[in-house]
Amino acid sequence: MAQAEKEVLIAVDGLRISATSDEGQEIPIVKGVDFQVHKGEVVALIGESGSGKTTISLAALAYTKPGLHFAGGEVRLHGEDLLTMAPLKQRAIRGAKVAYLAQSAAATFNPALTIGEQVTESAVLHGIMDQASATQRAEELYHALELPDPDRIGHRYPHQVSGGQLQRLMAAMALCGKPDLMVLDEPTTALDVTTQIEVLKAFKKVIREENSAAIYVTHDLAVVAQIADHIVVLYNGEVMEQGTADQIINDPQHAYTKRLMEAVRPRPMAGMGTEVSGDHHRDIDNLEVRAMTAGYGGLVNGEPKFPILKDINVSVKNGHVVGVIGESGCGKSTLARVMAGMLPPARGDIILDGDTLAGSLQERELNELQKVQFVFQMADTALNPKKLIGDIIGRPLTFYHGLKGKEKHQKVAEILQLVELPAEFASRYPMELSGGQKQRINLARALAADPEVMLCDEVTSALDSIVGANVIKLLTSLRDKTGVSFMFISHDLSTVASFADEIVVLYAGRVVEQGPTDEVLEPPFHPYTRLLISSVPEMRLGWLEDTLQKREMAVGIARGVEITAKGCPFFNRCPQGIKGTCDEQVAPLLKLNAGHEINCHLTLEQLNQVETETRLALDGAAA
Amino acid sequence: MMMRMVLQRMGIGIVTLFVVSVIVFLMTSILPGDVANIVLGQSATPETLAAYRAEHGLDRPAYVRYFSWLGDMATGDLGVSKAGGATISSLIDSRIWNTVMMAGLVALISIPISILLGLWAAMHPGTWLDRGVTFGTLSTISVPEFFIATILVLVFAVQLKWLPSTLNLTGSETWLEWLRKLAMPLLTLVIVVSAQMIRMTRAGILNVMSSPYIEMAILKGVPRRRIILRHALHNAIGPIVNVIALNLAYLVSGVVIVETIFSYPGLAKLMIDGVQTRDLPLVQACAMIFCGTYVLLILIADIASILSNPRLRHPK
Repeated sequence: MAQAEKEVLIAVDGLRISATSDEGQEIPIVKGVDFQVHKGEVVALIGESGSGKTTISLAALAYTKPGLHFAGGEVRLHGEDLLTMAPLKQRAIRGAKVAYLAQSAAATFNPALTIGEQVTESAVLHGIMDQASATQRAEELYHALELPDPDRIGHRYPHQVSGGQLQRLMAAMALCGKPDLMVLDEPTTALDVTTQIEVLKAFKKVIREENSAAIYVTHDLAVVAQIADHIVVLYNGEVMEQGTADQIINDPQHAYTKRLMEAVRPRPMAGMGTEVSGDHHRDIDNLEVRAMTAGYGGLVNGEPKFPILKDINVSVKNGHVVGVIGESGCGKSTLARVMAGMLPPARGDIILDGDTLAGSLQERELNELQKVQFVFQMADTALNPKKLIGDIIGRPLTFYHGLKGKEKHQKVAEILQLVELPAEFASRYPMELSGGQKQRINLARALAADPEVMLCDEVTSALDSIVGANVIKLLTSLRDKTGVSFMFISHDLSTVASFADEIVVLYAGRVVEQGPTDEVLEPPFHPYTRLLISSVPEMRLGWLEDTLQKREMAVGIARGVEITAKGCPFFNRCPQGIKGTCDEQVAPLLKLNAGHEINCHLTLEQLNQVETETRLALDGAAA
Repeated sequence: MMMRMVLQRMGIGIVTLFVVSVIVFLMTSILPGDVANIVLGQSATPETLAAYRAEHGLDRPAYVRYFSWLGDMATGDLGVSKAGGATISSLIDSRIWNTVMMAGLVALISIPISILLGLWAAMHPGTWLDRGVTFGTLSTISVPEFFIATILVLVFAVQLKWLPSTLNLTGSETWLEWLRKLAMPLLTLVIVVSAQMIRMTRAGILNVMSSPYIEMAILKGVPRRRIILRHALHNAIGPIVNVIALNLAYLVSGVVIVETIFSYPGLAKLMIDGVQTRDLPLVQACAMIFCGTYVLLILIADIASILSNPRLRHPK
């Protein structure tokens, strides 16, 4: 192997890290991990949450999170053990020899200091270069990372740039001091698929150009396939398997690796959704919005001051699952908030079982409230940490159904069983539960109201793939058992595709395409839907390069969502936009078969033509 | 955006002052017996009372008197003391500098001490000194200033006999004598005011220290001192300045109590004396000065927290 000849940069040898319990007992977290990173190589640490991957990666900076400590083993950088080094020497390594990139750039940039100061800080502090040359180096990196306005972006503050830009700026911050090794901790997990591509592309480019090595921590195998040379599979603080990216992706040996592969969300394709049986069908829709416009900041001349949603028609049929997709900032959560009555619409109707509902929560009747329940994204913040699980689930039982005492107790146990948790959980606090369990309690709280419609806002987004897949499985069984309808909001198209009967594609506050899942995921596509589908990473080597060749990528990525007053909002990202038409007039509705609708100025022939062209181009490239 | 918010706060400050002036005027008006009663005494006949009232405009409706009083105040004419006949401006002028001097000295001593101690405690959380600071500040917060003053007198004047229990300022003291006389009132106020500021500085810094961007700074190899002074202090400065301004505002009421206890010839003492002699114009003027200072300091606190927010200073 070529790798063996390369110089070893960092060697992790029998690394053990422990936590200390309140009783003073040692709890092993990392139980003897070995791996090496060679010069110019990207090593991925993969595993689900709790596998210890972040903890291990931080050991490369001789750092542990508060409450943890190194219990044994060595981490040798250029042959020198980092763990036994004097604290001052450890500090000299951090930021200079080894640099760290965190998951959320928004949280890791100091809001009170300029971007430029933070990017150049460690290079200057460690005496690698003076301020002037560090600033110059930073500007070169901004260019390399394709950031807008590279000469001046350093003078800005973190809140003045977008999330995707901040993520790339963090890469500049890590690279400024020319480190030998970068530690990247889930750097694209919090991003939209389209932004993820843009960031991955930039990372890959600078890693190659700078010839630096990296430890890449993620739970997403499809991302790993794009960027890693070597993969280490972790479970519960131990290495299950390691090998070249090619070997792990194409020929996994260990059972756990295979399980991880199965949990990778398949590419969104037609035929993934489940057709609903006729049992739950009724003539009228469960919950519907008609010609609805909504926004924030009060009304000016009957229009919201900050409009978000415009002329939305969406309906959730009985026992159906409607998936709502779109990038962040498209108005997905706003749509759910309007339906739940948390944000009264400026115009339009909200209809429940054929009756018009009041726009605001306060004016709705108790039984109307009971029928529509909201499930929030972050179970951590949605569940009161001071209440027992039994009280959290019991509260809607008492409020809506007047259950008390033993009856309530029994019902709580039943509901816990429904979300596949043991009844003993009733006497625990949210803090004692794992992320996936908390999300189940979050769902159980909504279920306790015995609703007809559940509005789920990104309920799997904060969970890793295996836990997320289990929650989806649970939702499917709930739908089958209780006949409840769902509106399922997610920016993850694969998840939506695997669960929804119908899909609504939102862009900049407008519905651009909707219909049955199988229709929406088959050509003809709205250009935006195509961009979303093309952006979902595939678990094969070389996918990133192939995708970047595609026509829609050139204009589609690296641009944010903008809400426009007139025309089609997607115009500035659309490879087929017609100047003078698309940017001026509202897109007409193309009605296709079986309730499939596309809002676009292009004709059906034009939409279909792109498919043929793309296929021909790809075939040409292959040949 | 930021300018608008600052102007808005200033507008609110002015409105508050107006409301305060109405309250001060009403409070002094509803006290039984007006100036005519006090000046002319028990033996005055209804005719002489009426004549006095007419002469001094006391028979006019309340709102007319209010606006004329407000107009006079605004133009710097604070009126004439009803007891003694000296102009109120001259009375206040002789006292206000004593108070300003004391409050200023307290601020000068307590602000740097508080910030340094707060930072120090935050830099070494969990050490015995940090615990000591926490315990000490918590104890002094829970004790009212007159109690602290009494304890100080008991210890330093009665037991140790180091310092005088009351100060008879003659105006001819040397600096050192003057400071010796002032030591106890100063100490009382410094203790009372600093405790809160130390706690808030410490808490503000520690709160920021658990942010992800501080962990990032550690992982960039930034020294701890720089992390606290550059990364943490920059984010905590808004709340800290806010607490400082609020505590200086609190000084205003502290001054009233301390001046009375130590019979220090300041503005507060003057006001208390005015209350005892029913010298309403004097009380009104003093009350307005105290309230004005209070409103001004609160306004500074508000504006400081607006200015410290980078999102407002540097809009998109």
